[in-house]
Amino acid sequence: MTEMMLREAIAQTLHDEMLRDSNVVVLGEDIVGGMGTEGGPESTGGIWGTSGGLFDKFGPNRVIDTPISESAIVGAAAGLALSGKRPVAEIMFADFVGVCLDQLWNQLAKFRYMFGGKTTCPAVIRMSYGAGLNAAAQHSQSVYSLLTALPGLKVVMPTTPADAKGLLTTAIRGSDPVIFMEHKALYAVRGEVPEGEYMIPFGQARQVRAGRDVTIVACGLMVSVAEAAAAGLEAEGIGCNVIDLRTTSPIDEDAILDSLEITGRLVVVDESPPRCSLATDIAGLASQHAFSSLKAPIQLVTAPHTPVPFARELEREYLPSADKVQAAVRAVMAYK
Amino acid sequence: MQLDRERLLRAYKNMKIIRMFEERLHEEIKTGEIAGFTHLYAGQEAVAVGVCELLDDEDKIVSTHRGHGHCLAKGCDVIGMMKEIYGRADGLCKGKGGSMHIADIEKGMLGANGIVGAGAPIAVGAAMSAKLDGRGKVSIAFSGDGACNQGTTFEAMNMAVVTKVPAIFVFENNKYSENTGVDYAVGTASDIAGRAEGFGMKVWRANGSDFFDVYNTMLDLLDYVRAGHGPAAIEFDTERFFGHFEGDPQKYRGDGELARIRDQRDPLKQFRLKAVELDKIDLSDLDKIDEDVAALIEAAVTQARAADAPSPEDVLTDVYVSY
Repeated sequence: MTEMMLREAIAQTLHDEMLRDSNVVVLGEDIVGGMGTEGGPESTGGIWGTSGGLFDKFGPNRVIDTPISESAIVGAAAGLALSGKRPVAEIMFADFVGVCLDQLWNQLAKFRYMFGGKTTCPAVIRMSYGAGLNAAAQHSQSVYSLLTALPGLKVVMPTTPADAKGLLTTAIRGSDPVIFMEHKALYAVRGEVPEGEYMIPFGQARQVRAGRDVTIVACGLMVSVAEAAAAGLEAEGIGCNVIDLRTTSPIDEDAILDSLEITGRLVVVDESPPRCSLATDIAGLASQHAFSSLKAPIQLVTAPHTPVPFARELEREYLPSADKVQAAVRAVMAYK
Repeated sequence: MQLDRERLLRAYKNMKIIRMFEERLHEEIKTGEIAGFTHLYAGQEAVAVGVCELLDDEDKIVSTHRGHGHCLAKGCDVIGMMKEIYGRADGLCKGKGGSMHIADIEKGMLGANGIVGAGAPIAVGAAMSAKLDGRGKVSIAFSGDGACNQGTTFEAMNMAVVTKVPAIFVFENNKYSENTGVDYAVGTASDIAGRAEGFGMKVWRANGSDFFDVYNTMLDLLDYVRAGHGPAAIEFDTERFFGHFEGDPQKYRGDGELARIRDQRDPLKQFRLKAVELDKIDLSDLDKIDEDVAALIEAAVTQARAADAPSPEDVLTDVYVSY
């Protein structure tokens, strides 16, 4: 085990996988940083610090710094994947999915199906997402609900440095297109990371905390919010079973349903707006398959049906908080 | 690569296959037996065949919604394609793609594409792969005068220049993006190659109705790209003999326009004239090919009609490798 930040775990995993397999290619805006400037290549090493050093080690044919052209970046990843490579493309902010959705949705996600299963499309599209840095409406969104709804894509959201390594390795070595979502507020989170080969299968949630009263399902940054809420509630004698989904597509339905059999109470914490969201998806799952276990109406703690606001006070209000989660837990506990 | 007798006969045969494939579809679609939207390539055969004749299976192409010609020229199986268009279980894509999504990765055919302009970025990715492999292979994006106006095409051209990859942007200007004329829709005075040149590429222009002009110009272009100079673009002046889609009443055509282009700009007619002039082949050779191709298309339709439909449970397979 080595302690490192989540961003370092990603950089190290990209490095290790590129070293292991010469078909792994990375591309994106400023992933080298400084191309065509006096400072020169590697003068920044990527704005998230997740690709530093790769260019010098693996060269321009495998570390491709691109112009600001999201459609061409994802399209190029698709073309690389169809040609036998394993591209890892970076979309600097998940909000820019709006620019390149066609390539994700109509191209990458559908090739295997449209071509009758006669091809694989092993592309990983990394993107930073999420609110909390006062980056306002076009640089703060959690587009995972949208992307989770698209057949053909897998959607992955690490919350710890160890998970970042294990899930990214699985994504790169897999054979399907993967959306790999990195929360901006988690890049500097520190944690122990296993050394050597480490893969985490998709569709296997992580139990963050055990408890027998309420099931709290969360993903991404919301896992830490749920955890903080649960820690506070323990003092009140309420035991929360906190589940980190890790991947929203595929989703670990069993982990949710098994927990509900014990607790009978469900709170979902979701950073995306509430309509047609991950939260409603999980609520649907629970009401369809765990109806007889439920002791109280399901509580959804989500962002409101608004764009992400800028001002600190407004963004704080926008985001699900430990207080809101605790209120939801108390509500399901109080229901008679 | 000299145009020897064998190559000429093969090129003619491939053009004839495309022509008869499309003309037959034009008839069969009227019966209602074929589902969905179909966009026919007839009239542009010299482009697909002239370009693909100079490629091997490791060279990649990305096609368009009007993709049958590119697929056939790149070596997709005629019967497998016909079955796919009929939506059969043993079609080239198991009946899951249909006319607009035919692909054969083994042949370097990375897919027809229902989204206008989506192909060029994908071709750039394939070109990045070719550059990394370093074996002199190229990647071709076929686009029409419609797709040349999409931002994705602009992004792709710029990215190909910046990354200096062996991508080739082939623009088939058939004068119509759906119902709209090129003089209206292409702001650079209908000059698509000139626009590509503006992105910093070397460009060529050729007569897309003349196989020999397509072939010889592509020889020159491919020498340039395979030598590692980066991407290139070419604009072909060509015509489509049918509507945008099957069923299109083509009210936008001028009086006698279709008769004129079929008379003056038919790649197969022009090939026959020139090939005989070149004294390498006899018309009787070409007549024999016509007969063989007619039999092949007949067999394709007969087999496609008789083939099994997919099973309902097949709707769930081939989404993921594992999930």
